[in-house]
Order: sequence, then C-alpha cells, then structure tokens
Amino acid sequence: MNTGSPKTLFDKIWTDHLVKQRDDGTSLLYIDKHLVHEVTSPQAFEGLKISNRPVRRPSATVAVADHNVPTINRENIKDEQSRIQVQTLANNTKEHGIEYFELTDRRQGIVHIIGPEQGITQPGMTIVCGDSHTSTHGAFGALAFGIGTSEVEHVLATQTIVQKPAKNMRISVNGALPFGVTSKDLILYIIGQIGTAGGNGHVIEYAGSSVQSLSMEARMTICNMSIEAGARAGLISPDQTTFDYLKGRPYAPAEEYWAKALEYWSTLPSDADAHYDKEIIINSLEIDPMVTWGTSPEDVVSVQGLVPDPSSAKTENKKKSMERSLEYMGLTPGTKITDIKLDKIFIGSCTNGRIEDLRNVAAIVKDKKIADHVEGMIVPGSGLVKKQAEEEGLDIILKDAGFDWREAGCSMCLGMNPDQLKPGERCASTSNRNFEGRQGRGGRTHLMSPELAAASAIKGSIADIREFK
Amino acid sequence: MDKFISLKGVAAPLPIVNIDTDMIIPKQFLKTIKRTGLGISLFYEMRYDHQGQEIKDFILNTSPFNQSKILVAGNNFGCGSSREHAPWSLKDFGITCIISTSFADIFYNNCFQNGILPIVVSPENSKKLMSLAVDQKEFEIDLPSQSISVGGEKIGFEIEEYRKQRLLEGLDDISITMNYEQNITDYESQQKKNKPWIFKDIK
Repeated sequence: MNTGSPKTLFDKIWTDHLVKQRDDGTSLLYIDKHLVHEVTSPQAFEGLKISNRPVRRPSATVAVADHNVPTINRENIKDEQSRIQVQTLANNTKEHGIEYFELTDRRQGIVHIIGPEQGITQPGMTIVCGDSHTSTHGAFGALAFGIGTSEVEHVLATQTIVQKPAKNMRISVNGALPFGVTSKDLILYIIGQIGTAGGNGHVIEYAGSSVQSLSMEARMTICNMSIEAGARAGLISPDQTTFDYLKGRPYAPAEEYWAKALEYWSTLPSDADAHYDKEIIINSLEIDPMVTWGTSPEDVVSVQGLVPDPSSAKTENKKKSMERSLEYMGLTPGTKITDIKLDKIFIGSCTNGRIEDLRNVAAIVKDKKIADHVEGMIVPGSGLVKKQAEEEGLDIILKDAGFDWREAGCSMCLGMNPDQLKPGERCASTSNRNFEGRQGRGGRTHLMSPELAAASAIKGSIADIREFK
Repeated sequence: MDKFISLKGVAAPLPIVNIDTDMIIPKQFLKTIKRTGLGISLFYEMRYDHQGQEIKDFILNTSPFNQSKILVAGNNFGCGSSREHAPWSLKDFGITCIISTSFADIFYNNCFQNGILPIVVSPENSKKLMSLAVDQKEFEIDLPSQSISVGGEKIGFEIEEYRKQRLLEGLDDISITMNYEQNITDYESQQKKNKPWIFKDIK
C-alpha cells in the first residue's frame, strides 16, 4: 500500500492500525475496542490464567451476557450450564477489571446493539468480538470482524491481532428503494446474488445512493449480514448521518475532542479513484421484498416468487443441496411463497432488534391481531431499546396485537436460551441465519424484514407488505 | 499448541456443500467453559436421532470412518458463526485435517489455532479425493512437502508459509506477539497523542 496512491476506507483503517508488518507476511494490527460475551470468552480467560498473563487494556473492553440469557423470569437462570457460563463472565470481568453490563443493568443487550448504542463504536476504529456478527459495526466505517476464542485470548493479552490484508470489494446500490423494500431485503438480495462464499477473503464496502440514504440502524442491518455473504467485515463510509447518530452518546468523543474526531472521520471515506478487487453494481429497482426458502441465507426469492425446483439447478451439487434443503423445510417446488403457512414469528436479533425495527412493526400491527394459530415474540435488542419502545407506547400496541414482549437478548436467533422452535415448526424470523437446526432442532426458518414478518404475523402466512392493508 | 507434521489413514467423505458451524456443533454444546469433550457431540443432529441414538448410516458412525483423522467435505466448509467450538469438536473427535474446495475465513483461521490443517484443493481433485475416500483408500498427508498421497496419486496443495511454520513447530501466536511488546507500547503512545478520544476508558 503506497501512501500516495488512492485508498479505500479499508486501506486507511488498516494502515492506521498497523503496529508491525512482519517478515513472514503477517501484520500485527492494533485493536481499539474489544467486545466480549459469555459463550466465546471463558476458554480465553482460562488460557490467560494458565499462562499467567494479564489483560493488557481492560478499559478498551466491554462485556455483556446475551446468547444464553432467558428473555423471561431472568432473575434465576434455570439451565445450570447457562447460569455457570454467565456467572463465569461476571467473575472473569471482575477479576480483570473489565466493564460488565449485568443482567439487571438497563444497558444489557445484544453485544452488537449496545456497542453503537453506547457510542463505543466509532468511525475509523478496529473492533473485534468472538462473534461473527461483529461485522455490524462496519456501518460506522469501523473495521469490525468476528474472531475465534484463541484470538479473543490474543487480543485480551496483547490488544493486537495477527492479520493479512483482506481484498477490497465494493457493492454499489443506486436509486431509491422501492416501496416495501428495506435494508434487510437489500442485503438478502445481495447474498442471493453473490452466494454465501461470494465475499470470502474480502471486506465488502457498501456504497451508492441507496445505501447513503439509509439511517444508521438500517445500515447496521446490511453490515451485520456481510458474514452471511462470506465476508468477515462490511463497511460503509461515515457521513453526516453517522456523526449525527453518535453525537452525545455516553462513549462518543467528549466535547473537547469532538471537532478533532470529526476532522479525522471526514478523512476516512474511500478516495474517488481507489482500487477494488471486485465491483458489483445493483439498481435498487431490481430489489423486491425478499424471503429465504431454504437452509442457507443465499436461498432467497422475491416474496412474489415460488419455491424453486431443484431440477432447474445448474450443477448436480446444487441440485442435491436444494433437495436436501427442501426436504428439511418441508416445502414443495412451485408453491407460492405467500401460501406458506407459519407457526411462529420472531422479531429481534442483532440484525433487526433496534428501535426503528420495533417502530416499523408497531406501525403495521397497530389495531390488528396476529392470526389465531400463530405465536409471535418480540425481543428488543437491548434494555435501552425496550425502555425507549415502552416510552413510546409501542409495547402496548404490540401486546394488544397478541405479541409476547420479552427482555433483551439473542433469544431465538440461535436458541441457546429456552426460546426455540419445536421440530417441524415454521417461523418467520428477522434474524440472520436459516441453517438447519439453528432456531431449534427440526425448526424451519424463513428470514425476512421486520415489516414482512409483522404483516405475516397478521395474515398467518407469508405476506407481501405491498399488498397488505 | 499441538504440532501438525504428517498424517496417515482413511478419510471420511462428507459430500455436502456449505457445512455450517451450527451443523458441526449445535448451539446446546456451546455452553461449556472448556475446550475439550466436544467430540462426542460433533455433527450432533446428523449423527444422532431425536432419542439420542446413533444414526447407523451417518458416515462418522460407520467403521472404519468412525476412526477417521481426515474429512473430505463439500465447498465452503465451516461457514456461519465464529465459534471455535467447531474446530475443538473436530479435534476432540480425532479429525485434524479437512479437505475442501474452500473454507469460510474465520473457521479456516480457527483451525490453525488448534493444530488442524485445512487443505484447499481444486474441484477436480476434490471429486477424485471424495471417491478415493468412499473406497476407504489410505490417505497420506505430508505438510513439509505439501502433498496428499492416495491410491497412487500425489496431489500438491498451497499453504501460506507462516501458517505452515506455526503448524510444524506448534507455535503459539501470543508468545510470538509478546516479542513485539515495545512496538505495541510505542504505537499506543503515538495514537494517544493523535486520537485521544479513542482511549477514553470504558468503565
């Protein structure tokens, strides 16, 4: 990377965090913020203990329990293993002087919701977490990616990580998003286009007028699912929307530094003639509200489409994998997507558990009832999202419509807590993965936007928001 | 970390694409606070029925593949979550080498932290190796010469030099990085001057 040549946002953050480029081709990259949760950290702390190493910068780290926590009756976690894991995080953070948002703290929530909410996530930073959806923070123009537990230990001990530069990919989406199309549809569409391995080895920068017009929360939904496209990180250049979102948050730059931070942040957007290893351009008018039909996030189709036929597959491998997915999903090729009947609705997760998502859902279900045969559950992304929703009266609207209103956590996105699908149950979910067994063994997941999930809850089967009254 | 130098034995064929980390080790096993003991739960939902009984025809439940140290799998192996429980469970089962046409980035990286060698081969070689695995041929993996020998064939593979050295010597990243302590301290003091707001304590 020549310092004089035009650079991408990724190149700039990389160069700015380079502690040492080593002879073996690897680089030591400094990590500004480290987010820690209960599932991927116990073995890392244990490793430190065995080697008798301290945490290098406890004050660059924040911890919260989110994966395992119940969303009701959480004073006492019944599952013994879950309780031990949460307690272990509390003990480890206390021992090392790391800030821990307890279950009773209003700020507790999904780690990728609370970073931005607290203003910990800022443009130009490097952020890691033992969780693949760390890509969420890229919406602020921060280089943020998921790491394994051994790397969590490495970051705790050294505040650095060993990396080789990723390749640059830019996906530009231009034009206004059509009515009924959200940022969730946009990212599902992109994953359908490039596939779940399409971004392997790359950092994806999302650009174009459609992306620029989105709110911070909508941008987070896009970057969140970069990992589902195989990319470790997603990025969006910071702009006025980013700065306005950050201003005044608890950990945002204090007043005396604000101007200086702003000046630095303004240098971050990719240079006009920067080089990308791969470029994709999408016209926003191509995008419909999207739904997944299979067991991989690339198995997407327009809500107006049909369950695809494996005989149309281009390769034998693809055909076999489609057959396997359809069998698991209990679907027949040629079925209209809007004829698929649902059992459960899950609204929440680090993809779509923020206040705007809840507002959008409330606007759709106001003065309506969810279908009799459907169970609906809403899990705010954080205690503060929940509080905000309650101050706006959204909880009343949602409960009146028949939804369960829960405490914050990852919940049924991955079903580590008691919130799970039973075998054969079919769920419209605003989360990020429709893998076999993800939401519960034998459970069938259809990923979609909160708007579609809300309309589907009322209809009792998958609904096209554009036809919904 | 355990070294990886060479390996001999049958390879279990698993011709499924996009094997994700939820399939490798489902969520209920992520509640452990240990790295060991996950082998019995590897591929749990494919390996056991709803009563917890072994599904007889699943490849890792059949002899001789229940002793396999090598796995030949479909494209994009290890996609999904960052859980290191995936390589831990493979390793605990006894698998220390996985052959595929591609791996998800985080999983690939996690393998090297645990003395597991992930090998990327071309689609043609993958097809060939898959059928040799089905025929229960003995695979010989040799890291120093970067080759897979099986059924009279010798197939070479690429691996980044630094990763190769770390596997061969069983080196641990943290102790290597500790040698750069001064560079890290220097970087921090410079950045504190340039971007003081980034160093605001979380407390």
